[in-house]
Amino acid sequence: MVVTGLGATTPLGGDVASSWAALLAGRSGVRPLTEEWAEQLPVRIAARVAVEPSEVMKPVERRRLDRSAQFALIAAREAWRDAGLEGVEVDPERLGAVVGSGIGGVITLLDAYDVLKEKGARQVSPRTVPMLMPNSPAAYVGLEFGAQAGVHTPVSACATGSEAVGYALEMIRNGRADIVVAGGTEAPIHPLPIAGFANMMAMSKNNDEPQRASRPYDKARDGFVLGEGAGILVLESAEHAAARGARVYVELAAVGMSADSHDIAQPEPTGRGISAALRHTLADGGIEPAQIVHLNAHATSTPLGDVAELAALRAVLGEAAAGVAISATKSMTGHLLGGAGGVETVFSVKALSELLAPPTINVDDLDNDVDLDIVRVQPRPLPAETPAGPAVVLNNSFGFGGHNVVLALRRV
Amino acid sequence: MATQEEVLAGLAEIVNEVAGIEESDVQLDKSFTGDLDVDSLTMVEVVVAAEEKFDVKIPDDEVKNLNTVGDAVNYILAHSS
Repeated sequence: MVVTGLGATTPLGGDVASSWAALLAGRSGVRPLTEEWAEQLPVRIAARVAVEPSEVMKPVERRRLDRSAQFALIAAREAWRDAGLEGVEVDPERLGAVVGSGIGGVITLLDAYDVLKEKGARQVSPRTVPMLMPNSPAAYVGLEFGAQAGVHTPVSACATGSEAVGYALEMIRNGRADIVVAGGTEAPIHPLPIAGFANMMAMSKNNDEPQRASRPYDKARDGFVLGEGAGILVLESAEHAAARGARVYVELAAVGMSADSHDIAQPEPTGRGISAALRHTLADGGIEPAQIVHLNAHATSTPLGDVAELAALRAVLGEAAAGVAISATKSMTGHLLGGAGGVETVFSVKALSELLAPPTINVDDLDNDVDLDIVRVQPRPLPAETPAGPAVVLNNSFGFGGHNVVLALRRV
Repeated sequence: MATQEEVLAGLAEIVNEVAGIEESDVQLDKSFTGDLDVDSLTMVEVVVAAEEKFDVKIPDDEVKNLNTVGDAVNYILAHSS
């Protein structure tokens, strides 16, 4: 199974190239929220997309799509073009789509409720339900390309995007599809989700220094910064990609999943569930720990989560953990919730194909519990080969509810 | 009291906004579904917007009788207050 197309719209750029360039340059996409509704909130910062959908999508199309579906479709179109599939005839019965978000069309839902209260039932748009249903982004991506092999929407909070990629991998492995368009999207920047997350004590309240608020592994980290956007990949069986002469970025080698069964929101402090997902990934892909050269960590900038993830890496990889260049790209993008796994899988593919690990910004004072190799300030060159075999990159994603997903990419 | 031209122009604005169809294509003899590609959900959006714009009630049972733009214009002219 290989990756042949990439698409993204993120707080760092409206496409993959601009997002990746900003990531390597160590730029932050976090900004103050200047809307009137933000004034009374405890958190007044967020990472909005760098390019508004209105710049690239017609008004009629936008009014029929929740913001999360707009992001997904923009990223999916880029990925489809990038895979060289535009104008190419694809067997619809062999084409799938797997796209999820953590919380679905929450902006549509809340805006429609405002209309109901203020203007009455007659004014509620007949598009409300198809816009707010969580499977809407997947359905629209499927419609866009004519996917008939199956259109699916895994939902696992902040693990969603990676779970979607893992589900797509299994669709192709099981022989259900030759091509699957997969990833995650999220559009959560609205006062209600912000108030809810803030009251969980999960978010940074560093309102005075937006660009320094997301700081995984730093001693002063105080929670995540909410972001929005989407990351979508075109995944393809190696045979299908070879038969059409497609450009191949990397192999999607393995997925490992587990559940903490510990708490609805707190990470399990020893990293037991994460360790299990890591072990399953290595077994699934026949991967030696010493092949792993880079990890795009889940690291959201919360006090407990960041270190539990590293403890698990150490437990599973042993001495080889010291050889992994670890990047926390949420230090720049903020946390895209269900979109994070999609965007970070795109970044992981770029890292392995360009052999560069992006930096982690804002690590001014490294947490004493962090004893692994965090890539800071400058991007880090990565090897294409290791003594144990071709280089492997991991992407970790974990979600409220105790969902753990680890994806492995292998150099081809 | 609005004239036929005024109602047609107002309706064309609505159809443009909710369906993205050029206002100049919205003519009295055009069928919503056949010519203008207005599906059933879009038709509901057109009707609700027209009710607000022309201060008229268009019951759900009537909507199925509004096959052409002209049908809608005539209904609005006959029922607006």
